[in-house]
Amino acid sequence: MDFYDKDLVSIRDLDREQINYILELSEKMIPYAKGEKVKKVLDGKVLGNLFFEPSTRTKLSFESAAGRLGCSVIDVSEMSMTSMSKGETLADTIKMVDGYCDVIVLRHPHEGAARLAAKFSENPVINAGDGAGSHPTQTLLDLFTMRSAKGSLDGLNIVLVGDLKYGRTVHSLAEALTMFGAKLTFVAPESLQMPADTFNHIVDKGCRPSKTAVLEDVIGQADVLYVTRIQKERFPDPAEYQKVAGLYRIGNAILREAKSDMIVMHPLPRVDEIMPEVDSTPHAKYFEQAFNGVPVRMALLCAILGGEL
Amino acid sequence: MDNKIAETKIPPIRNGTVIDHIANGQSLNVLKILGVNEHNIDSVISIGMHVRSNKIKGWKDVIKVEDRELDPTTVGKIALIAPDATISIIRDFYVADKFRVKLDDHIIGLAKCSNPNCITNRGEPVTPEFAVEERNPPKLRCAYCDRILTNISDNLL
Repeated sequence: MDFYDKDLVSIRDLDREQINYILELSEKMIPYAKGEKVKKVLDGKVLGNLFFEPSTRTKLSFESAAGRLGCSVIDVSEMSMTSMSKGETLADTIKMVDGYCDVIVLRHPHEGAARLAAKFSENPVINAGDGAGSHPTQTLLDLFTMRSAKGSLDGLNIVLVGDLKYGRTVHSLAEALTMFGAKLTFVAPESLQMPADTFNHIVDKGCRPSKTAVLEDVIGQADVLYVTRIQKERFPDPAEYQKVAGLYRIGNAILREAKSDMIVMHPLPRVDEIMPEVDSTPHAKYFEQAFNGVPVRMALLCAILGGEL
Repeated sequence: MDNKIAETKIPPIRNGTVIDHIANGQSLNVLKILGVNEHNIDSVISIGMHVRSNKIKGWKDVIKVEDRELDPTTVGKIALIAPDATISIIRDFYVADKFRVKLDDHIIGLAKCSNPNCITNRGEPVTPEFAVEERNPPKLRCAYCDRILTNISDNLL
């Protein structure tokens, strides 16, 4: 599978076979991600970790993934600390950083930033989130978590609940799941439903998703419940936010309606969408999901930089 | 018959370009593309708005520009807002060439992205680029932010 020296900007850049390749490689990375085995296959390589927007999990898991493989990291975590605050363009910043490293990981507040970076960089660029746009490595780790818990992605019944309009993770995830014949259900009030562009793309790919605002009606059939945070900053009126925020609060009461082996996922951070009482149930997979960011990103770095276990 | 009436309403030209089958109401946007407001046109422009068309069984707009043959960039922009338009090059009252506007698979530098948060709208040294997903009506996807371009006529460069 040819990932060597390739960019990863959008999940649309990958087909089913390529996704499966990364997921299988991720599986092999687990003992290395946990530190149980050590192999510095990327010794001597340098990763440029450019985070021009806040991030905890993505940034740390890329650093951890690189460290486990012996790849050193140079990083930027605030735009104010760079020449971009002096008016330098992203294009110039990328051309400069390109000379310091072998792969660039970029998180940026503007959509299309990773595509632009890929254009100006000789070395491969991995998109770690561009504004409300793509976040393909999150999608891969979500798929990996589902596959690990369920054995296969084919034909899973997946319920996505919460902010489906602005939450960037759910758009790429829904698109990727259509490649595996998933049955998708979108649970959100009409004001936060899946945008028409993504919905139509999914339908064009042959998927027939259903929409509802009532989680209780669909939770019984779900294999996976994927919960997202409703973002307070999207609501000009705090009262409106409160009305919507409280709609889907996952607790043990509603989980009694679910299959015993249904898993609950969340890209984190959560606010109060999932009550802490769920954490200790076998349904909870969100912390494992956060851990999975490490083996999946290790697999990607190995595939892109040409490291072999 | 109807076309002949339309022709008499807009006099024939000796040399220049006739842009026909413009979608009804779009002629003002085509004039914008031609740069009519920029005081750089030294020839007569005649416009027929809301003219009956046999071809599309409805209404259309027609523009005749004297003493000017359009360059490919201008024709490309016209294709974005009037995908059915035909261009006739007139030389000495005869039609020297006639063709339908055509959108390429990729549009570069003709329009800017309608997403204000797209990186191409933030002062970076790049030319906006779109993949043409549908031609009529045109559906363009930004090659950078992946969004569909809305309000094409408002975003022409």
